[in-house]
Amino acid sequence: MDPFTTHTGTAAALRRNDVDTDQIIPSDWLKRVQRTGFGEGLFSEWRQDPSFVLNRVQGASVLLAGEDFGTGSSREHAVWALTDFGFRAVVSPRFGDIFRSNSLKGGLLPVQLPSDVVAALMDLVEADPAAPVTVDLGAREVRAEGIAASFELDDFTRWRLMEGLDDIGLTLRHEAEISAFEQQRPAFLPHV
Amino acid sequence: MGTTLAEKVWEAHLVRRAEGEPDLLYIDLHLVHEVTSPQAFDGLRLAGRPLRRPDLHLATEDHNVPTDLLADAGTADIADPVSRVQVETLRRNCAEFGVRLHPMGDAGQGIVHVIGPQLGVTQPGMTIVCGDSHTSTHGAFGALAFGIGTSEVEHVMATQTLPLVRPKTMAVTVEGSLPPGTTPKDLVLALIAQVGTGGGQGHVVEYRGQAFEEMSMEGRMTVCNMSIEWGARAGMVAPDDTTFAYLQGRPEAPQGDDWDAAVASWRTLRTDDDAAFDKEVVLDATTITPFVTWGTNPAQGVPLGDVVPDPQSLPAGGERDAAERALTYMGLTAGTPLREVAVDTVFLGSCTNARMEDLRAAADVLRGRRVADGVRAIVVPGSMLVKLQAEQEGLDRVFTDAGFDWRNAGCSMCLGMNPDTLAPGERSASTSNRNFEGRQGRGGRTHLVSPPVAAATAVTGRLTAPADLPPVQTGA
Repeated sequence: MDPFTTHTGTAAALRRNDVDTDQIIPSDWLKRVQRTGFGEGLFSEWRQDPSFVLNRVQGASVLLAGEDFGTGSSREHAVWALTDFGFRAVVSPRFGDIFRSNSLKGGLLPVQLPSDVVAALMDLVEADPAAPVTVDLGAREVRAEGIAASFELDDFTRWRLMEGLDDIGLTLRHEAEISAFEQQRPAFLPHV
Repeated sequence: MGTTLAEKVWEAHLVRRAEGEPDLLYIDLHLVHEVTSPQAFDGLRLAGRPLRRPDLHLATEDHNVPTDLLADAGTADIADPVSRVQVETLRRNCAEFGVRLHPMGDAGQGIVHVIGPQLGVTQPGMTIVCGDSHTSTHGAFGALAFGIGTSEVEHVMATQTLPLVRPKTMAVTVEGSLPPGTTPKDLVLALIAQVGTGGGQGHVVEYRGQAFEEMSMEGRMTVCNMSIEWGARAGMVAPDDTTFAYLQGRPEAPQGDDWDAAVASWRTLRTDDDAAFDKEVVLDATTITPFVTWGTNPAQGVPLGDVVPDPQSLPAGGERDAAERALTYMGLTAGTPLREVAVDTVFLGSCTNARMEDLRAAADVLRGRRVADGVRAIVVPGSMLVKLQAEQEGLDRVFTDAGFDWRNAGCSMCLGMNPDTLAPGERSASTSNRNFEGRQGRGGRTHLVSPPVAAATAVTGRLTAPADLPPVQTGA
């Protein structure tokens, strides 16, 4: 995984609540067995509408979204579609748990900020689509003209993202503990 | 202070805890299907990593499977080449890594969340994951079960563990008994309408109270299944005699001395009287009536006797905007009685509502009745074993006599990944779990309902509760 330290880019404001992962990447796209090429499917139904934000705003790398972004299906394809399209971070007042977890594995930073801050960021980028937005993981802060807001992320995840470390590799360092645990599992547990 | 059921299961699976790091949790069972696994198997191959414990993984084919083929059809019969490759890829991966697979055509095939409990491989106190958000279904047994993404699938394959931050806990306490004519589906739809799609975010939920104590295992599965629809990480019900009776004698359940040891252990899986939840929601079961959704997320629901709500009655902002968008997409006008909403298709199926009790409840409504002219009605059993048992009980004849299509097992019309889809603008009453835009096919319009409401709706062609139907004429 590529390290994430700080990112500055333009942003797109998706003013919708309850954006489920079926909207981010419709299920027809899930038949593919590769991990790449999902950008074309990103919001593919909504992009049929010329007035949809991603048809009006080009080149954005930060997505500003309404409350409860990424609810529903566990499909990590939603993260792959967003990153393949060029997004590095999504900002929302609240995320679906599985989407948030998938993002943290896939190099897309989910940034949770209060509703009023997200609204202010949306107002800013709608007034000036070229306004730069900075997501600073080191400082755990989002900055834009007239706005500086800190966000929460646990130290371990932050360190892992900033170093670009592979989660599986980190866990395999604890192989001895995993093996020890396996020795004392109850005998009645199923083996298929 | 005591601990909750969720905390007990969590602590029992702790491989490693270190200050400032997520806990490392052991995973007892990983369920696999064709959609979210291919990239994970590829990841193992690329890194040269083995599948650590093939004996703790169980696979089936469900999302892409056509349900209208002969029971012994093979992948060559899947018309869509992309779907076919995905199913064939699962077969190759399972063969290469030694994973037990119940493929299309196998008597054990079915929706992944139906076959686990049916085999008895879903047991109390286990940790169960799958690359599918409806993994929460298995929480009905007092397991800690949740959906994961493909990166986590690969992590479980390589290490049989997951690094996880401990979630908060929530209790949903439902006092009183569900009234006759209502089902666990109505209960969970009413709950979601009350708490919203994000109401459970970050929490593992324990469902408790009289309504759950009285509920069958299949009903508990329906409720736990839809935990994810209000944002909960997982849903659980403490195991009790109902749970043990369901499990005893199933092929993968413990036998003999192991059974006794297991039950003794399972009986300890209860929230202590002095344990505290981070949050609690209380509902009164006696007030529940048949419930339907009118919008494009599962929280946009009302009792069937109500009208389509007016977005202007909601506070200005995101929620009102979402309601306005939903009404436009659904082609509905505020103030319309739900009972006047006509449907084109009725779908009885999915991991939410395609088990024996669901089929029996729908068949009870359909005996002596016919599907309305112009309505397409299909019933898709959750597994091939459910199908077989239903046929032994003669339910297939009840459905086909009424005018339903009787299908093979699969996810079917719950999502648009197989030939069972809605056409643009087509409206369904569906026993599935999601009414998202396009979920059942591009432009399709979904109303989520219980199995009895689905059956009654098929009979009238409009959203209908069984109690609304005139009595069946007998002796004619």
